Amino acid sequence: MSRTTTATHAEYCVIACADAWRDNGEVLASPMGLIPSIGARLAKRTFSPDLLLTDGEAMLVGLDGVAEGWLPYRRHLTMVTGGRRHVMMGASQLDRFGNQNISCIGDWQQPARQLLGVRGAPVNTLNNPVSYWVPKHSRRVFVEKVDMISGVGYDSAAAAGPSATRYHRIPRVVTNLGVLDFATPDRAMRLASVHPGVTAGEVQAATGFPLALPDEVPYTREPTATELRLIRAVIDPDGLRDREVPPA
Amino acid sequence: MADKTMTPEEVVSRLHSGMTLGIGGWGSRRKPMALVRALLRSDVTDLTVVSYGGPDVGLLAAAGRIRKLVAAFATLDSIPLEPHFRAARQRGAFELMEIDEAMFMWGLHAAANRLPFLPVRAGLGSDVLRVNPGLRTVTSPYEDGETLVAVPALRMDAALVHLNRADRLGNGQYLGPDPYFDDLFCEAADQAYLSCERLVDDFATAVPQTLLVNRHSVTGVVEAPHGAHFTSCVPDYGRDEAFQKLYATTPWPEFAERFLSGDEKTYQSAVQTWHEEQT
Repeated sequence: MSRTTTATHAEYCVIACADAWRDNGEVLASPMGLIPSIGARLAKRTFSPDLLLTDGEAMLVGLDGVAEGWLPYRRHLTMVTGGRRHVMMGASQLDRFGNQNISCIGDWQQPARQLLGVRGAPVNTLNNPVSYWVPKHSRRVFVEKVDMISGVGYDSAAAAGPSATRYHRIPRVVTNLGVLDFATPDRAMRLASVHPGVTAGEVQAATGFPLALPDEVPYTREPTATELRLIRAVIDPDGLRDREVPPA
Repeated sequence: MADKTMTPEEVVSRLHSGMTLGIGGWGSRRKPMALVRALLRSDVTDLTVVSYGGPDVGLLAAAGRIRKLVAAFATLDSIPLEPHFRAARQRGAFELMEIDEAMFMWGLHAAANRLPFLPVRAGLGSDVLRVNPGLRTVTSPYEDGETLVAVPALRMDAALVHLNRADRLGNGQYLGPDPYFDDLFCEAADQAYLSCERLVDDFATAVPQTLLVNRHSVTGVVEAPHGAHFTSCVPDYGRDEAFQKLYATTPWPEFAERFLSGDEKTYQSAVQTWHEEQT
């Protein structure tokens, strides 16, 4: 038990990301961002060995980096629509029902800040589970209403009808402060856990809409000794994770 | 059979203002940059550009050549946000048809198959439908009765693509890990122009699956060594990250003056000179 209490902020984030792929079976884990990438590799090295990973280009690779399959963009899009994939995307904005924006800030006609464009967020969210990673939890990201719905939230999917809800699922949102999900009757965002050292009040203060709160908000689980060893010695020995989420 | 080889200038002489122009590659990967640079030297403008956007979009946007863009994104990959695309959008410089990556692919498939649309699940519930009020849905005639988005065919007047090798007849070969969608661009366009790193006499020793583009869908072939620069064209070369950074951080008039005021040969030697200055 002694070592596990020394887990850093970034390591709790890695664990929380890894757990998104728990019990997913033989699907493609598509992490976007550094900490989700460490999390996906940790999941594959421990409790989800059947996960598929890519080299970030066109190859499916094992943990040793050796190719085991071919996945160019055109086939990747079939993987998406076939549903055997769980992506963890970033989000410039995210609202109470899980609508996500990576397209632009402000009026779409002439945006104040043009970002990436919708990319594959519409196809992802309607076809395979989509989780989100937000390295800096703030009111700028967690807004009442996103400016451009790129990733579809629960309310928007419901309004669009059965073809939209059929395969729609947002398992979790991981941030530097905690883990959020939509396990509420009306599918509004809920605080599922806070990372040790963080309070529910701090998360609410950094969120631009009221969060559903359990009576007692649990802490994000502790990493096991094996997980800490894998993160520190094998997957991220240079400690790049601390650059995305600095130590407290 | 017809020898389809031509110069970049001859390609551009066949294009005209107001055209719908498809550009192959993806982001900052295997873009037909030499052909885009030739386009910048011409007075062709008012274009509808269809692209998985990268610096091709950025260059044309900075030069004010785009009337309308059809895209899911524009990115430099290693630099996530394309600066000239951003600036153009923020000054409202062109019309945008912003669709999802998969919708875009099915739009190409529809055009290549001469279909008016193809149904996709993507787009429902997202603001892609809000910002494209012309997009329609279609209901399945089968018992599922599902309602899906009818992605219209992205038919193009002309397409520009860049591959690793080609023959004089217009057969094209890719040697990297990903074909992107260049075959579809050629098949979805009335005319298609293929630039390549190197012309070859035949593909006698080629792995068959690398022969991506067939000559029936190609109008002209251009030998353009380093013709995807500064995007990647693996395995011939990777992305020129240092130069891309220069592109992304230099004010447009200064960049255009130094690198785009002469022909392709002048461009390539100006790039080389710049690299020599850096060491």
